[in-house]
Amino acid sequence: MPNEAKNPPPEQGENPFAAKAHSLKRRDKTVSILLGVATYFILVCTAYIFLDIALKGIPVVFQTEAPFVNVEFFTKSPETLMTFETEEGDFFKMNFSDYSQFKRDNPEVNIVDEHSHAYSGGGIFGPLVGTALLTAICIVVALAVGLTTAIFLNEYATKGRFMDTVRLAIMNLAGVPSIVFGLFGLGLFCMVAPVITDTPMDRALFTVPIIFTDNYLSFEGWGTCMLAGGFTLAVMILPVVITACEESLKAIPMGFREASLALGATKWQTIKKSVLPYAFPGMLTASILGITRVAGETAPIMFTAALAHKDELPWESAGSIGGFFSQSVQAMPYHIYTVAARIPQSEYTKPMQYGSVFVFMVVVMSFAALSIFLRIRYRKKLKW
Amino acid sequence: MNTYMSDQKEQVTLPPRGDGTSDREAHQVAAHRAVIEIDDVNFEYVSGVDVLRNISMNINKGEVTAFIGPSGCGKSTLLRCLNRMNDLIPKAGLTNGEIRILGTDIYDPLVDVIELRKHVGMVFQKYNPFPKSIYENVAYGLRIQGVNRKSVLDEAVENSLKLAGLWDEVKDRLDASGLGLSGGQQQRLCIARTIAVEPKIILMDEPCSALDPISTAIIEDLITQLKDEFTIVIVTHNMQQATRVSDRTAYFYLGELIEMDETIKIFSNPSQKKTEEYISGRFG
Repeated sequence: MPNEAKNPPPEQGENPFAAKAHSLKRRDKTVSILLGVATYFILVCTAYIFLDIALKGIPVVFQTEAPFVNVEFFTKSPETLMTFETEEGDFFKMNFSDYSQFKRDNPEVNIVDEHSHAYSGGGIFGPLVGTALLTAICIVVALAVGLTTAIFLNEYATKGRFMDTVRLAIMNLAGVPSIVFGLFGLGLFCMVAPVITDTPMDRALFTVPIIFTDNYLSFEGWGTCMLAGGFTLAVMILPVVITACEESLKAIPMGFREASLALGATKWQTIKKSVLPYAFPGMLTASILGITRVAGETAPIMFTAALAHKDELPWESAGSIGGFFSQSVQAMPYHIYTVAARIPQSEYTKPMQYGSVFVFMVVVMSFAALSIFLRIRYRKKLKW
Repeated sequence: MNTYMSDQKEQVTLPPRGDGTSDREAHQVAAHRAVIEIDDVNFEYVSGVDVLRNISMNINKGEVTAFIGPSGCGKSTLLRCLNRMNDLIPKAGLTNGEIRILGTDIYDPLVDVIELRKHVGMVFQKYNPFPKSIYENVAYGLRIQGVNRKSVLDEAVENSLKLAGLWDEVKDRLDASGLGLSGGQQQRLCIARTIAVEPKIILMDEPCSALDPISTAIIEDLITQLKDEFTIVIVTHNMQQATRVSDRTAYFYLGELIEMDETIKIFSNPSQKKTEEYISGRFG
């Protein structure tokens, strides 16, 4: 045997386990260090992002005197911030509304060195409300469409080439860049989607009169509004939701379905009573996790729903339920984009920037944490 | 058709051979007793590959019939044909022959598979109670039929659990989860769930293969008791189990029915060499 010739049996008294190949050992160590460095690099990046935002954002959001939270930051919508000095050399910093009041109250004061900083005053109430509404619409639409699609794909559709194509299409949808979704939403929901109206617009693609009424089904689009934005976000997150829902359905043991069918249940009874109740928690949490990610998207809403500035909150100018949903809104991601990239930068814009980012990050992260917490709880509850 | 007649109540005993009755008459009498008639059945999962070939047999009322044979011989497939569970598998189906249960061809387009499964219940290899309470597990079959009267359900649950020999063990905790029971109890819960819808026939697909010997013995006792009210078909890998619980045994090999006869005869004096080789453990 050739092996025996290479490794002669150790002589008496010699340690048979003594290290022989030192170079191999050294290489092993190098590799482990290299792999470790790559991992710690991610840790450093994450820590830097979080610490930087937290350190600069926390002073904006919290304060040292009661009520310890900067209430104005959460209850006011963004305004222009004015900074100016008087001839006496006093420095003032105030929101534009206060500034007009100040000038009216003190007409004798001579203002010098006046600067305006767009969107840097006030608070973020408007964008928060807008994002909440957009996300809510997105959750409803994405869950409704995603759930039904997943049930169909997993429980009803027969396997075959056509279904494989459908699945592939859904997967591909996940790879479409978000700006394309924004344009898609603009093209479909804002400009073509059907509305019921008695006075169709000229730009409608076509109109269909509804019999027995004076109304028309007019394919004129919903315009730039939160409904269009929510739908666009929903379409964007659909692949994630469908996959999550399908995985949850697949996790339900086949035995439940078989047992139910063998007892004489119909397919829908089986799904309704023995599959969905156990799959639903998983579906919900996984979907929420995906949806929190889409809540931070800017591109899909910038053409379809979001405005950089809007004075009224949605309910202040709604009129009707339809009117409520057909308004454009401010939204957190778009607001952050605006204050970070669209306005002249100065030291006075920083608080708004960091405050917005910090609050938004905390909101999204707490939703993600909530969904993970819920998932762990349900996992413990449902065991089979 | 499509109504499952249950007027074949009187037990017709098979006349002993050699007393003058011709084979033909004996066959007719046997056919009258049969609740399941399998007639020249071929079955395929994939087009062109028959996993069951020309199976013909009768399964008698009030008897326990065991299907034995090595893995992949088609015994579970045949069992699942009997309540059309194979319908769940796309493209699978009978390619030849017919299966009549209580005189009706169950693959007839007029047969509603939902109704069929109410008459032909099934107990699975891996006990699979729903993650619901014990009560709701047993009541499930009735609830999906639209029975919601508490008194009716209470009675059915109690009777079924008593029949399954589980009542004394669980009567104080009917609201507890079915998954909290031991393996053997869970399998008996599944049996109780099946008999709650009052089927005529119960199919059992290796009901004890996931259980310990003591639970197995309890289930086997239960099977022997249940045969007074139900016709039972059981697939088993355990030949001792077949001898203990069954009246008649069918031996399958590679998709063919090699031999079917009274269990005592199959295990003491099989007429086919293949059967003898299998039951003596020479292969399989």
